[in-house]
Amino acid sequence: MKPAVLTGEHYITGDVACAEGAIAAGCKFFGAYPITPATEVAEHMAERLPDVNGTFIQMEDEIAAIASILGAAWTGTKSMTATSGPGFSLMMENLGLGVCTETPCVIINVQRTGPSTGLPTLTGQGDMMQARWGSHGDYEIIALAPASPQDCFYHTILAFNLSEKYRVPVLVMADEIVGHMSEKVIIPDASKIKLIDRPKPRGRKDRFKLYEPGPNGVAPMPAIGDGYNVHVTGLTHDERGYPAMSVEAQEQMMTNLKGKIRNNLDDIIETEEYKMDDADIVIVSYGISVRTGLTAVDEARKLGYKAGLLRLVTVWPFPEQMIKDIAERVRGLITVEINLGQVHYEVERCAGGKAPAYLVGSAGGKIIHPDKVIELIKETF
Amino acid sequence: MTKNPKKYNKQPVHPLDDLIRTDRIPHIWCSGCGIGTVFSSCLKAIKATEIPYNRFTMVSGIGCSARGAGYVNLDSFHTTHGRAIPFASGIKMANPDLKVIVFSGDGDLFAIGGNHFIHAARRNMDITVVCVNNLTYGMTGGQVAATTPNNANTTTTPFGNPDSPFNLPLMAYASGASYVARWTILHTRDLTDSINEAINKKGFSFIEVLSPCPINYGRRNKEKPLDTLKLYQDNTIIKNGADPVTADIDFNRGVILGKFVDTERNTCDDMYASTCHRPCSDD
Ligand code: SF4
Repeated sequence: MKPAVLTGEHYITGDVACAEGAIAAGCKFFGAYPITPATEVAEHMAERLPDVNGTFIQMEDEIAAIASILGAAWTGTKSMTATSGPGFSLMMENLGLGVCTETPCVIINVQRTGPSTGLPTLTGQGDMMQARWGSHGDYEIIALAPASPQDCFYHTILAFNLSEKYRVPVLVMADEIVGHMSEKVIIPDASKIKLIDRPKPRGRKDRFKLYEPGPNGVAPMPAIGDGYNVHVTGLTHDERGYPAMSVEAQEQMMTNLKGKIRNNLDDIIETEEYKMDDADIVIVSYGISVRTGLTAVDEARKLGYKAGLLRLVTVWPFPEQMIKDIAERVRGLITVEINLGQVHYEVERCAGGKAPAYLVGSAGGKIIHPDKVIELIKETF
Repeated sequence: MTKNPKKYNKQPVHPLDDLIRTDRIPHIWCSGCGIGTVFSSCLKAIKATEIPYNRFTMVSGIGCSARGAGYVNLDSFHTTHGRAIPFASGIKMANPDLKVIVFSGDGDLFAIGGNHFIHAARRNMDITVVCVNNLTYGMTGGQVAATTPNNANTTTTPFGNPDSPFNLPLMAYASGASYVARWTILHTRDLTDSINEAINKKGFSFIEVLSPCPINYGRRNKEKPLDTLKLYQDNTIIKNGADPVTADIDFNRGVILGKFVDTERNTCDDMYASTCHRPCSDD
C-alpha cells in the first residue's frame, strides 16, 4: 500500500497529478463517470483510493456522480469528482445544491472544446462562464486554473483547502492539454503540505444552527451521526437550515452565501505576475493560455514593448480591484484564452474604459500561438 | 425546541415526537393525503429497530412525499429532483455504518430518477427506498407520471393517459433488489413491519406504498378519498412471494400486495471492501 503523499519527483500527466493532489489533500471519496479528457483522473483515483482506505465509485452518469460526492461530503469525508464539458453541464443543478447547502467538495473540469460534443479530445477554455454562472440563480463560486501538471497537483490541494474553509464547491478548471501532457511533478514531504479541514461545531447541540456564520462568515459543519440532527435542503432556508419561504429569508441566505466569499477576497484570490513592474501592455491569462502569455511577453520585450503578464490562478472570484488598478496605469490589456471571449469581458468591465481591452481568443482545439499576441501588439501599440 | 413550551406542556406527548421536528409542524400535506400515514409508519419502523437514531439518515428528492425529510428529527437531506438515491449512495459508501433511508415519491424516483433507481438496485446498494406511489405529480398540480394508469385523467393528459405505467416491483426485482414489497396506506401494520424488515435487510430494499392524492389525482378521476381507500381494501390481495410479473396495478383485476422478493446477495460496500482489499465494514 502506497502512502497518501508520494514524496519525490514524478513524470506524470495533469490528470494523474490532480488525482495525486486529491489523495495528498485527504480526499477519501471519488464518484465519477468516464469522459474524455478527464477519464484518467477517475482511473487513477480508482487505483489509489484503496491505499488510503477511501472509496471510488463509478456512477451511472455525471448527475449521480456529483450527487454522490455531496452525500459523501456530509459524512465528514473530503470528496471529489472529475469531468469535462458535457458532464460539467449535467452537474450544474447539483452544483447549485452544493452552493446552497454549503457543501465542501472539489470538481475537476478538464475542459475540451464545445458546444455540445465538440472536439472531445482537444483543448478548450470555453467553460469559464459556465463555471461562474452555470447553475441557476445567483451565487458565488471559487474556480482555479492550472497551467501545468505541477499546478494540477497544487491546485487540487488548494481547491480542497478553499472548499473546506469556505464550505463551497471549488472548481479546478484544467484543460485537455494540461490534463494529458506529462511533465515533471515534484511532490513534497507530507509535512510540507498544509491542509485545512472544515470548521466543526462546538457547544450545545440543541442550540446549534447549521448556517449561523462563524467569525469569517462560514458556519461550522457537523457530519451525519454527530448527533446534531441537521436538516439540509436546497430550498431557501433560515440559519437553522429550515425551509423559509420569504423574501427576507432569501435575502439573508444570499447575504451569507455571497458574504463568505466577497468578504474574504484577499484570502481567496491568487494571481502571479511576470515582468509586470514597468509593464504598460498587460496580458491577462489563466490555465494553459498562461504559457502563450509568458512567451508573448518575452517576444514583445525583444521588440521593445514593455509587456507583462498577469496570471489568474483564481479566476472566480474575479480579481476586479487588481484589474481596475492596472487599467489606471497601462496602455492596454490583452486577454488570451481558448474561447471567443469570456474572461475578456470581465477584464473589459473592470478596466471600465480606463484602458482598452483586447482579446486574443480562438474557437478552440489547440493552444494559441504567441505570434497571434505579438501581431495584435504590433498592430495596436 | 418548541416556540411555546407552555402550550406544548398541556398537550399529550405523541410517541413519535422524538423523531419529529415538532417546530416544523404543521406540515404541508393536504387533508386526505396518504403521505403522512407512510411517514408515520416509517418513523414507527425506525423506532422499532432500536438502532440508535444517530445511525440513521433520511434522504429525499423533490415533491410532496420528499418533504418527509424536512419533518424527521434525524440528519436529513432534501436534495434535487430525482437525485435522492445517488446522494444516499454517496453517504452509504462513504460511511457504511449508517442506515440510509430514501423517502420520496413515484415521480421523483421513477421518472426523473429512474436511472439511479435501477443502478442502485443493480449494485445492491445497502439502502432502504420507501416510495409513496400516488400515481401522479402532486406538488405541481397533478400531471401524468410514469406510474399513472393508462387512460387516467391528469392535467397533461386531458383526453386520458395514452401511456402505460411501470410495474415497480418488477422493475426493482429485475434490477437486482434484495427486498421488494408493496403495501397501501390502509395496511399500516404490515407496512411498518415491512419497513422495519427492510431497514434490517442487508442490500437494496424497496417498498412501494400506494397512497391517495385526493386533491390532484382522485378529483380528476372520479375517486373520492374514501373510494380510494375502499379500492385498497376490496380490490387488493396479499400474496407474499408472488411473481413480480403479476404485480401490475389494475384495481379491476385486483392489486397484489406483500413481499415479492427477499434474497441474500453481497452489498455494494461489502463487495468494494473485499475486491479492493479494504478491512470489511461491520454491519
Ligand atoms: S397534492 Fe396530493 S400528494 Fe401532495 S400533499 Fe396534496 S394530496 Fe398529498
